[in-house]
Amino acid sequence: MERELYLNPQELRKFKIKYVISRVFVYGFITLMAIFIIVPFLWMILSSVKSTNEIISRQVTFFPRGKWQWENYSKLIKGILSTDQFGNEYYSFDPIPFQWMFFNTIVVGFFTTLGTIITTILAAFAFSRLDFKGRETIFAIMLATMMIPGEVFVITNYMTLSKYTGWIKSSNHLANYAALIFPFVTSVFYTFFLRQTFRQIPNELYLAAKVDGTSDFKYLLKVMIPLAQATITTIIILSMIGTWNAYVWPSFVTNATNKHHLLVSNGLMVGLRGASETTGPNSVLNLQLAASTMVTVPLLIIFFSFKKYILRGVSRSGIKG
Amino acid sequence: MLEFKRDGSKAAICLAPAMLLMSVFTFWPIINSFIMAFLNNYYFAINNADFYNEMMSVPKSYGYFMGGRFTGIGIENFLALFRDKDFLIALKNTAFIVFVSVPITVIIALLISVALNSIKKVRGVFQTVFFLPYVTNTIALGLVFNSLFHVDYGLINKLFNMVGTSWINSGATWGRAMFVLMMYSVWDGLAFKIIVFLSGLQSIDKQYYQAAQIDATPRWRVFWRITVPLLSPMILYITITSFMGAFKVYSSVIGIFGTGRYGPIGNDKLLITIVGYVYEQFNISGMPFGVGSAGSMVLFLIILLITAVQMRVSKKWVHY
Repeated sequence: MERELYLNPQELRKFKIKYVISRVFVYGFITLMAIFIIVPFLWMILSSVKSTNEIISRQVTFFPRGKWQWENYSKLIKGILSTDQFGNEYYSFDPIPFQWMFFNTIVVGFFTTLGTIITTILAAFAFSRLDFKGRETIFAIMLATMMIPGEVFVITNYMTLSKYTGWIKSSNHLANYAALIFPFVTSVFYTFFLRQTFRQIPNELYLAAKVDGTSDFKYLLKVMIPLAQATITTIIILSMIGTWNAYVWPSFVTNATNKHHLLVSNGLMVGLRGASETTGPNSVLNLQLAASTMVTVPLLIIFFSFKKYILRGVSRSGIKG
Repeated sequence: MLEFKRDGSKAAICLAPAMLLMSVFTFWPIINSFIMAFLNNYYFAINNADFYNEMMSVPKSYGYFMGGRFTGIGIENFLALFRDKDFLIALKNTAFIVFVSVPITVIIALLISVALNSIKKVRGVFQTVFFLPYVTNTIALGLVFNSLFHVDYGLINKLFNMVGTSWINSGATWGRAMFVLMMYSVWDGLAFKIIVFLSGLQSIDKQYYQAAQIDATPRWRVFWRITVPLLSPMILYITITSFMGAFKVYSSVIGIFGTGRYGPIGNDKLLITIVGYVYEQFNISGMPFGVGSAGSMVLFLIILLITAVQMRVSKKWVHY
């Protein structure tokens, strides 16, 4: 180590240049990738307020020229009425009942989450605190089912519900809710997640509660649940987001002809089927993006408000693959 | 000394709701799918043909199971599966998605995470941007990619003066449509991987990097000799979960075409995937769930096999 690296001005300059070049590369790369991530969002929001003329013009516009067409959103909900050559009115774009879709999603999400919380807390309590025969075996079997691809469940649950209940594609609103809620009121993953949290609660607390003559259920209510509040919040948020994004099951069990029965994700698909094939002045590409914005913005708000809780869940498992 | 008592009865009460629901909606489906896969010509909906046959006193040559009927027990569903052109296309598409998009996404995510970890200025802003796609709706953003690549009005075609090139609209070629799906999968998958990698990077002991700095180790060497080995458990975890996720690709395909199908109008099975093929059985008259179940069994076996191979390979180079 005879070389005086940091005192030799030439070496120092070389080092500095190298450093600057590497910084330029790093920042350049990150910026490029950030643009790749952000462009679809900006395109979605900005194009949703463009006029149809601007959408179909040959010019590239990223920001809307002229007035922002907020009425695209009301068109989305009210539909576009056109008149044919005989003077009859018809919908050239069918209305999408977003108010119903939001309402249904929130109702289904609320009851699914409530059910999930109750069943998983009880199960996690049993797995973490109670002592019974076959505890580890039952838990291992439960965990193993997480390996099974989801469509295995979809087919049979569809069969079960259509054989023993009348809920599938029912025209009854409540039956529709039942079909959407019941298969999802418990979750292996959340049970696992809660059990891990419950296990971190020291045994001494339990023993102290026992000495005071507290019953197990009171202990669960007064000690364990408050201590596991953060985990429970995470589960509530992830479960609500899960319902918001659920597509496959709702698309099979809801009756697409009753549009006010749909949830947001499959309502989006039902309402905009083939929208991208519309051409010229009939193009509804801006409405398509307005619909996407309406579904995405609430998620982004939730994400920013509860970032801490959402990211807590990530380290355990993703809600996406 | 207090002792834990055996509390079997309490446990039974606590577990009852979860177990009841799970046995109907989780355990039973697994058993049922396995059974259905081996029932020849298993069709779900009992139709009027039964009644007609009975009236005409045609001998009943089939059995009933769970509201469906079958002609015998065997492996005919699996044979039907591999004779079906659609299933082979689905296999090809899924394999392509898995083995191309997953490695690309993992590598890009790793590079972004390392780059993010090395900067100090405006890191928070970048981090937020990269986390954004994490909670997005697959269908909604699929429709956005659909409009980005729209044949006449899409940003990409207008920007690069390629108006008329069909990516996802009718007339799209397999290569172009697959390109869009790839872009979308990468876009969609980055956030989760970056979140995991970043938390992994932050838990690496700074001493390793300081030691490397003292020795004036080149950057790439630091990356390969310190970052990658110390991050290898995360890389393994991400690779396995991404492979599993990619094998189950379904809604992103539906989203980018915007037709409710697996391809543009006129070619609606262009990018059908294995899961898409299984769900396709709902649309076939009579609902041949036997074939669908056989398809999901094949998918399960493939996932199991690939995961086992990954675990095996990883033993050599994952450092815990």
